Amino acid sequence: MTIEQTISQAGRATDSAAPWTPSVVGEIAEVISNDCVNAEYRHLVVRCGAVSASAQPGQFFQLLCPHSDGAQPFLRRPMSLYGADPVRGEVEFLYKIAGAGTRGLATLGAGDSVDIMGPLGAGFTLDPSLRHIVAIGRGAGLATLAPLAKAAKANGTRVTAIFSARRPELVLSVDLFTGQGADVIAVTDSEGTSGPAHIERILRGLIAENRCQAFYTCGSSRLLRVQQRLAREFEIPGQVAMEQQMACGIGLCFCCVRDFNVGGEIVSRRVCWDGPVFDMMEALP
Amino acid sequence: MIDLSVRIGNLTLANPVMPASGTFAEGLDKVMDFNRLGAFVTKTITRELRAGNPLPRVVERAGGLINSIGIPSKGVLYFLEHTLPYYAGYKPPLVVSISAPTAEDFAQLAAEMSVPGVDVIEANISCPNIEEDGKAFAMRASSTESVVRLLRAATPLPLWVKLTPNTGDLPDVARAAELAGADALVVANTILAMAIDLETFKPCLGNIMGGLSGPAIKPIVLRQVYQCARTVKIPVIGCGGISTTEDAIEYMLAGAAAVQVGTATFVQPAAMTTIIDGLVRFCERRDIARVADLIGAVLNEESDEVELAWVAPPQ
Repeated sequence: MTIEQTISQAGRATDSAAPWTPSVVGEIAEVISNDCVNAEYRHLVVRCGAVSASAQPGQFFQLLCPHSDGAQPFLRRPMSLYGADPVRGEVEFLYKIAGAGTRGLATLGAGDSVDIMGPLGAGFTLDPSLRHIVAIGRGAGLATLAPLAKAAKANGTRVTAIFSARRPELVLSVDLFTGQGADVIAVTDSEGTSGPAHIERILRGLIAENRCQAFYTCGSSRLLRVQQRLAREFEIPGQVAMEQQMACGIGLCFCCVRDFNVGGEIVSRRVCWDGPVFDMMEALP
Repeated sequence: MIDLSVRIGNLTLANPVMPASGTFAEGLDKVMDFNRLGAFVTKTITRELRAGNPLPRVVERAGGLINSIGIPSKGVLYFLEHTLPYYAGYKPPLVVSISAPTAEDFAQLAAEMSVPGVDVIEANISCPNIEEDGKAFAMRASSTESVVRLLRAATPLPLWVKLTPNTGDLPDVARAAELAGADALVVANTILAMAIDLETFKPCLGNIMGGLSGPAIKPIVLRQVYQCARTVKIPVIGCGGISTTEDAIEYMLAGAAAVQVGTATFVQPAAMTTIIDGLVRFCERRDIARVADLIGAVLNEESDEVELAWVAPPQ
């Protein structure tokens, strides 16, 4: 979404009839569960209001992390949406304990409160006419892609998911994808299958079988480059969810900017506001 | 019904709460009803196109954050064609923050920005991030006076001047801005600061130094607001670490006629409207009819019984 579009969408006359309602909220959510899924990742499920639970695939939340070990994280921590259930009023996150913020998150138990802010950013767009898409993620990038599986299934779009991780036991969310009818191909560093050349061979196979009408990716610059090359060669569209250190999460501070190549011109965009999902061909890995 | 309005020179604000420059953009309208704010304050606009500073641009520290964003600016034309029409749809007055490298450029930009739809010029003569080592006009009374004088001549709009907390001569600087024709002072910008990463031994910010903001700086800037408010006759707008209603009231007691909320919005996006709601409740509880009665109401001398009753109402 460009800034111009955003402004014209958001601009609102004072005499407009509809009363203002929030589309992003900061709220105290109740922890339903916060369990380990493997040696590195935890799965947080919280009960929340309708605005938060309406989050779309590719959007994110900013979590105010509890203090731990005397550390006092001042800013919120951005967290990709792992799942949202508007009927039950729940959102889910998958996170790796990586610093003071996520260490604090890990202390939460069922019944505790956590301050969440969202849904934020522009998520993935899924063209319902697509018959078969490919989702490629590495590490926590898989968490970002996970809600796509459900959304694609609702559209009748088949998904082939390629999961990259360091070791087989760190491959995440396979059940979540297979449960939605997706084909999952796991590649790992320890088995020597995660290199870009091997993944390119897999992708060329899928393209030849007409099972790759669009790329959806997150979490690896190396894999992004492979997909950009193939996308150019075969004229396949793609979307990438990008990461960047954030402060406000809602486009105010310009801390999370990245450069993008838009028709040959380098343009600076805010990951939190213009993204985090961008046209894959405009992303600079 | 509590009267929340405050006057800043000739301008009446519906309430004393507005954003601090650099911490506000259109995205916040997803979180709050913009028509509830006392005013809008834009990010600082420059004539030249500015990309901003190298990343990382923000690092958090205890009770606050250090930023060196470096005023990315799309220039005047973009502002006039896009930003200005956007705010035209809302009731609160529009305060446009501007910056320039020289006093002459500052004045020229103020003139260009003095167009219908702009209600106030806020001259950011205090950004610590665009000159080497945090040098800014507002570091000294003499450079403040000369730039404000040119600004005053260049615009018929109310002129607010944003001062720096990084000077030892703040009351002198405040007086110089008043003498040169400022209609109000914003006290203050961020405090020049630094952080170093112990893993890499490198500074945490791409620009090495940055400006500290957030609750950590509140007592310092509160003191500066107090000093400025008793030095000048023009209104002082408090800005520094305000996160809660109590913070806002403390600033008003110290002499602030209005407050700007910045970094708090990054943590609680609805901080400004929460503070406005809290002001109403505080005034109701303490039987204060007008929020403007709080301005400069700090008691630092022996008080008679009547004033004590005002401060400590019967339980």
